[in-house]
Amino acid sequence: MTAAASPASVTAALLSRHGDRPGALLPILHDVQDALGHIPREVVPQIADGLNLSRAEVHGVVTYYHHFRQDPPGRHVVQVCRAEACLSMGGEALLAHAEHKLGCRTHGGHGATSADGRYTLTPVFCLGLCASSPAVVIDDKLHARMTPSRFDRLIDALGDAA
Amino acid sequence: MNTGHATTVYVPRDSAALAVGADEVAAALQAECARRGLAIELIRNGSRGLLWLETLVEVATPQGRIAYGPVNAEDVPSLLDAGLLQGAAHALCHGPTELIPYLAKQERLTFARMGVTDPLSLPDYEAHEGWAGLRVAIALPAATIVQHVLDSGLRGRGGAAFPTGIKWKTVAGAQAAQKYIVCNADEGDSGTFSDRMTMEGDPYMLIEGMTIAGLAVGATHGVIYIRSEYPDAIATMTEAIARAGAANLLGVDVLGSGRDFHLEVRKAAGAYVCGEETAMLESIEGKRGIVRAKPPLPAIQGLFGQPTVINNVISFASVPLILARGPAYYRNYGMGRSRGTLPMQLAGNIKRGGLVEKAFGITLRELMYEFGGGSASGRPIKAVQVGGPLGAYVPESQWDLPLDYEAYAAVGAVVGHGGIVVHDDTADLAKLARYAMEFCAIESCGKCTPCRIGSTRGVEVIDKIIAPPSSRQNKPQQVQLLRDLCDTMLHGSLCAMGGMTPYPVLSALNHYPQDFGLARPDREAA
Repeated sequence: MTAAASPASVTAALLSRHGDRPGALLPILHDVQDALGHIPREVVPQIADGLNLSRAEVHGVVTYYHHFRQDPPGRHVVQVCRAEACLSMGGEALLAHAEHKLGCRTHGGHGATSADGRYTLTPVFCLGLCASSPAVVIDDKLHARMTPSRFDRLIDALGDAA
Repeated sequence: MNTGHATTVYVPRDSAALAVGADEVAAALQAECARRGLAIELIRNGSRGLLWLETLVEVATPQGRIAYGPVNAEDVPSLLDAGLLQGAAHALCHGPTELIPYLAKQERLTFARMGVTDPLSLPDYEAHEGWAGLRVAIALPAATIVQHVLDSGLRGRGGAAFPTGIKWKTVAGAQAAQKYIVCNADEGDSGTFSDRMTMEGDPYMLIEGMTIAGLAVGATHGVIYIRSEYPDAIATMTEAIARAGAANLLGVDVLGSGRDFHLEVRKAAGAYVCGEETAMLESIEGKRGIVRAKPPLPAIQGLFGQPTVINNVISFASVPLILARGPAYYRNYGMGRSRGTLPMQLAGNIKRGGLVEKAFGITLRELMYEFGGGSASGRPIKAVQVGGPLGAYVPESQWDLPLDYEAYAAVGAVVGHGGIVVHDDTADLAKLARYAMEFCAIESCGKCTPCRIGSTRGVEVIDKIIAPPSSRQNKPQQVQLLRDLCDTMLHGSLCAMGGMTPYPVLSALNHYPQDFGLARPDREAA
């Protein structure tokens, strides 16, 4: 799948790859998001047609699961764990620090993207690194035993590269 | 310098090691050894579970494997200067790995191979008792396999502790053209990581356990539902399934038995409630993960309406050993009706966090102090949440109870999946109670009212209780309201999401009333 492929052609290819599997919707949505960075609203009718589902059913699934995004994320995606083990090691303060550093204000379970489109910050409930708390993910790379100053160094090292 | 005898060096590939720089350590070792002309064979093993020592580097010596940790990439030159490859002394050296007390004092049955082997190496797995259980199972009638699991006393390790053998027996007795084996690897509980370690560190054990289940109940298709927050586990399991299939250990005619078993990985999408078995089935079927009403039980009408065995990763992973060594071997560990061992996970504010597999009956105090070494912060431990976000906060007066399903149930707590999250004395239990309600509000599937509405009302009521005195409204009444609400959620919710959220809330309120601004004891006062 090339970067130039349109959302419609990406989706069509995935429908033909997975369409016959029982319960194909989640695997298709995962692959669409992996290929395009999010699940554009325009492909929902196409997926619904391909799987003989209603648009409402597909929309319902996309919006039910925290993992799926309807809008493109920022250039860097940062996840900070909010679960209890991380709370016990200063996870709440770390999330507040990350919000300030990245200019993203999260709400409950919902993430946010900074105004300049540079960062998306999402709270996450458990990364399975509970003995090395607090834990974060920066662009798919796990980091444990995080401190605010290490966090800043990692973010600053991202530079402007998209 | 290179004599042709490369020294074997182990650097774990477990996420907990990767998250503290294991890849960088591995790269530094290879680069620095190449520069010095030292021959090493680098093996990316699973983690030993001594997570405070990660990255734990091990070197094979004539005296056994010698452990060094926690190693950072910058430590590599000084380690090599000191004679790392000979197992020489260094500030980071802990001597022979097997003699480290944290490991030596454990009873590793399910986790016996963990960190010892290369997780994806089939020869390694075979050399460490791999496939022995499956070979025994293939030679047995299906009903005898089920009987062995029943006799072992194994109960569901995902948290509900339902006897595994009874579940299997129900599915075995159901008539259907297609049956399924589903592994619930949606390990969303904070403080738990034993499923993740198993999938990343010993994936063939899970494959073997599920295949045995397939033989026992007559199912030819299995699904492992893994949370999207575990990309490394998904990658390792997927690769292990491919390799096992290529070696005729999965697929058509498994090990020449004449029976088929196909296995696939399904990736979850970040909904905590999909750890509830019926919500998980909906999710695998491609729908929103909404809880189903029971009955019908999944054992009768499960995935795609067919009879389905659903077990947790550790339940399936316990089965190969039970078949290989016999049910009595497993049952002889443990106490009361809690038989065998539990891989417990020491997490949160703890000095030596990690995986501790012990027979049932150990106490929290032994776990937190003898294994864990007290809090990471050095402050007194105030509360311990056992069994995930839906588990109770256990106060010091209960730290000497044996970890046993019944003993915990008797005090309104749960063993659950064996996750132990330690909080020091800076923790505010009223805030943690509020957090439990908030988490339920975020993660509720919305099907039943007590969970969907109750959790939001719970946050509001707790906010009123902990409001500053100036804006406080009739506190005793609010406390009573919270208790009533918890009662409704406990008894009126469709599943454990709403039904167990009161556990952390009520235990916080009962054992730490001062954090809610109440006198203790509060029951009468309220």
